[in-house]
Amino acid sequence: MATLGRACLILALGVCVFGVGAGIAAWRLHRRDLAASARRAVYSAAALLTIAMGVLEAAFLRNDFSFDTVASHSSTTTPLFYKAAAVWSSQEGSLLLWVWLLALWSSAVLFLTRKRMRDVTPIATAVLAGFATFFAALLVFAVSPFDVSIAPTDGSGLNPLLRHPSMMIHPPMLYSGYTLFTVPFAFAVGALVAGRVDAEWITATRRFALAAWLFLGIGIVLGARWSYAELGWGGYWAWDPVENASLLPWLTGTAFIHSIMIQEKRGMLKVWNVSLILGTGILAILGTFLVRSGILESIHAFGASTLGIPFVALIITLIAGSIALVVWRLDLLRSEHRLDSLLSREALFLFNNLAFVGLAFVIFFGTFFPLMTEALGNERSVGPPWFNRITVPLALALVGLAGLAPLIAWRRATAANLRRSVARPAAVGVTVTLVLAVTGVATDSLTALAMFGLAAFLIAGVAQEFWRGTRARRATSGEAPPLALVSLVRRNRRRYGGYTVHVGMALLFVGVAASSAFQHARDVRLRPGQTANVGGYQVRYDRPTGAIETRDDRIEKIVLGADLTVTKGDTTHHLSPSRGYYPQNAPFAPVSAMFDGEATSEVRMVAGLRRDFWSAVQPDIEANLLPAAKRYDAALREGIDNGQLKTTTTQVLAFRELLARLTQGYAKSNAAANFRIISSPLVAWIWIGGIVVFLGGLIAIWPAPGDAGRRRAGARYAARVAKELGRGERDDAQPPRDRAAAPVGL
Amino acid sequence: MDPARKRTTRLVVALTAAVLLAGALVYTSFSASSEARTPSELLSSAEPGKAYQLTGKVVNGSIRHDGATTLFRVRDRSGDTSVPVSYTGTVPDPFRDGREVIVTVHQRQGTFVGERDSLITKCPSKYSDKPQAQ
Repeated sequence: MATLGRACLILALGVCVFGVGAGIAAWRLHRRDLAASARRAVYSAAALLTIAMGVLEAAFLRNDFSFDTVASHSSTTTPLFYKAAAVWSSQEGSLLLWVWLLALWSSAVLFLTRKRMRDVTPIATAVLAGFATFFAALLVFAVSPFDVSIAPTDGSGLNPLLRHPSMMIHPPMLYSGYTLFTVPFAFAVGALVAGRVDAEWITATRRFALAAWLFLGIGIVLGARWSYAELGWGGYWAWDPVENASLLPWLTGTAFIHSIMIQEKRGMLKVWNVSLILGTGILAILGTFLVRSGILESIHAFGASTLGIPFVALIITLIAGSIALVVWRLDLLRSEHRLDSLLSREALFLFNNLAFVGLAFVIFFGTFFPLMTEALGNERSVGPPWFNRITVPLALALVGLAGLAPLIAWRRATAANLRRSVARPAAVGVTVTLVLAVTGVATDSLTALAMFGLAAFLIAGVAQEFWRGTRARRATSGEAPPLALVSLVRRNRRRYGGYTVHVGMALLFVGVAASSAFQHARDVRLRPGQTANVGGYQVRYDRPTGAIETRDDRIEKIVLGADLTVTKGDTTHHLSPSRGYYPQNAPFAPVSAMFDGEATSEVRMVAGLRRDFWSAVQPDIEANLLPAAKRYDAALREGIDNGQLKTTTTQVLAFRELLARLTQGYAKSNAAANFRIISSPLVAWIWIGGIVVFLGGLIAIWPAPGDAGRRRAGARYAARVAKELGRGERDDAQPPRDRAAAPVGL
Repeated sequence: MDPARKRTTRLVVALTAAVLLAGALVYTSFSASSEARTPSELLSSAEPGKAYQLTGKVVNGSIRHDGATTLFRVRDRSGDTSVPVSYTGTVPDPFRDGREVIVTVHQRQGTFVGERDSLITKCPSKYSDKPQAQ
């Protein structure tokens, strides 16, 4: 089976190389058959990579430990869902996932554009095949998922920290985002090379860009959720280099999907658009590289890997090539119109671009600061306080722009326009700010107050737009309000989907602002019976807990924790946070080795719309439990040496008995434990906001029912008109117009 | 003002703003940053009161608890020189003997005190070429 997988990879590599060559040849020689060949090469690569993925997935699912990667990332005790997802927890598996997704989306876009933009698609095909070649080459020559050795009896298992649904969906989401962004990237390159810099490459790849943005965003939010709910520190964002690396392409990608609207409507910001998407593609590759490079100190970065040099070479090539392309085509990218006023929708979108790029630049700067300063002599690094200080003003600006831009007129906002559209939402924003300030709810943090006010302004503005749109629809169609609203959204999915996304982002920022500014967090050490006060809540450590969890008659983990009672006024909650200790893999090992493997926090919280009450525990096992474990080990050793425990069965039974005694002993003891307890307002709105963003994105992407049919009808009509015009022109002794170039009115 | 002059003015203003902002960025990053040091570098050149980013490995068997404070030693990645660290608060899940850690510390009375929430423990190598040892 491994041979099949390896063969598919080698074939896929060959086919991709062919695709690159055929694409370039098709462009230079203007040959449609070569373009079709290149396209089919991408389809074949997708098919071959699907087989390879299938082989790898099957190996994981049936515990085929002859595969090295299965042996190091899975085990017989790993639950089925995590076995399936363990495919991408390894370097080689994640690269295979990357190139497989790339091949799928590339096939999709090439199929959808197979009859259009015939001067652009060959190059785009070559670029997409080129990316696939790079990753396939890494998989064939550097790290292979199909290396085999003698199969061990059991694998090492999946890192327990990764055994969470969010962590399993997080990489496919991120990779989908990265790979989907390569599609508009490739078409931008094609458009620049072919000199076809009108908006058609944008409209052809717009849904791919939106989908990329959506997946990447969801991936980032999932990562934040995992960090908050699974790790024992209670935060959702640490400005860690790999977190930042995934955020950078998302920021420039967001700027891109906004900025292209200006090019479509007014033919402006063309240089911005190609630069933004080229930058996003490069940042996506950079993000993929950073996670596995080891060049930055991070919770995720590991020792220097062998893949550093190829990636750096690729990134430098992409940067140089992109700059060269844009500079070469600079005169073609001239704006069709000038900026009429600084208070206009076009100008606000320009400021939007600046804010996003500024934010991305600042985060990039902070992330690579250690590398830059190392080059200058002394390596220095900046921490979360610096990042927060620098990004908060930009985040406020973005929420303000998102609220204002949909309300401002094109070309030039007049006083009348401002009165009509901006006044009421602005009034809402100001009122909310004043109310919050006066009632003392949010006076301690000016930035949080500003964020609440701007979010209120944004949501009021969106509500106003929905209201006006529904009213206008009812005026023409006479539908009942709910129906009018639905058909309004159906006919303007981009706009109203986009507005929904804005509302989601506003909610998310409100959650971030509140939970950052008004959190109460305490690290406290308690003995059973003691109480601590956190943010007005009384937390009593009732008793310790201890249990052994088995799966298929093998010990999966030992769970030590605490029962807590949390009271505030009349309400009482019971929380039982714990810590799971995963043993090193052995059916029978010294008792103390049970605590030598990974340990994960089981966070327990009372989640609510107004606040989360979060708790995590770190039992102090050094004081009593580990010494006891060592004594039990000595007893076991003695039993084996003096012949009392002759067979493996008796040894295992004795071991299990002692372990149970140890665990129960902890549960009955007076053991102190360290707790982290956090009372955090409005955290839930971060996740709610994320869901709203996702729904809004879906609305924006969803094709309107008549879309394809309308396009075909439009194309037929345009062809007919062109024919008429051609006939008329021939009478005037003019050369017939090239019918294929007749633009379809959009 | 004719359009061309207006555009030039806008460009100059924008560039000046960009330069000023970039300057502010560089200034704040240097003043808010901490120098990276290994244990041996720290022993030889630490100034009391100044914050440093200490990187190294946790010395096996050095972890002790004193109330809510964790005491441990950090050694060079390759070598035995180690420094004592005192860290108050919960430690990250992967924290244990032999793991690579990053922690922001400042020197106080012979030991290095860690800043709250600044202890990062690197996940054991997910992307190593060899299967997980031990």
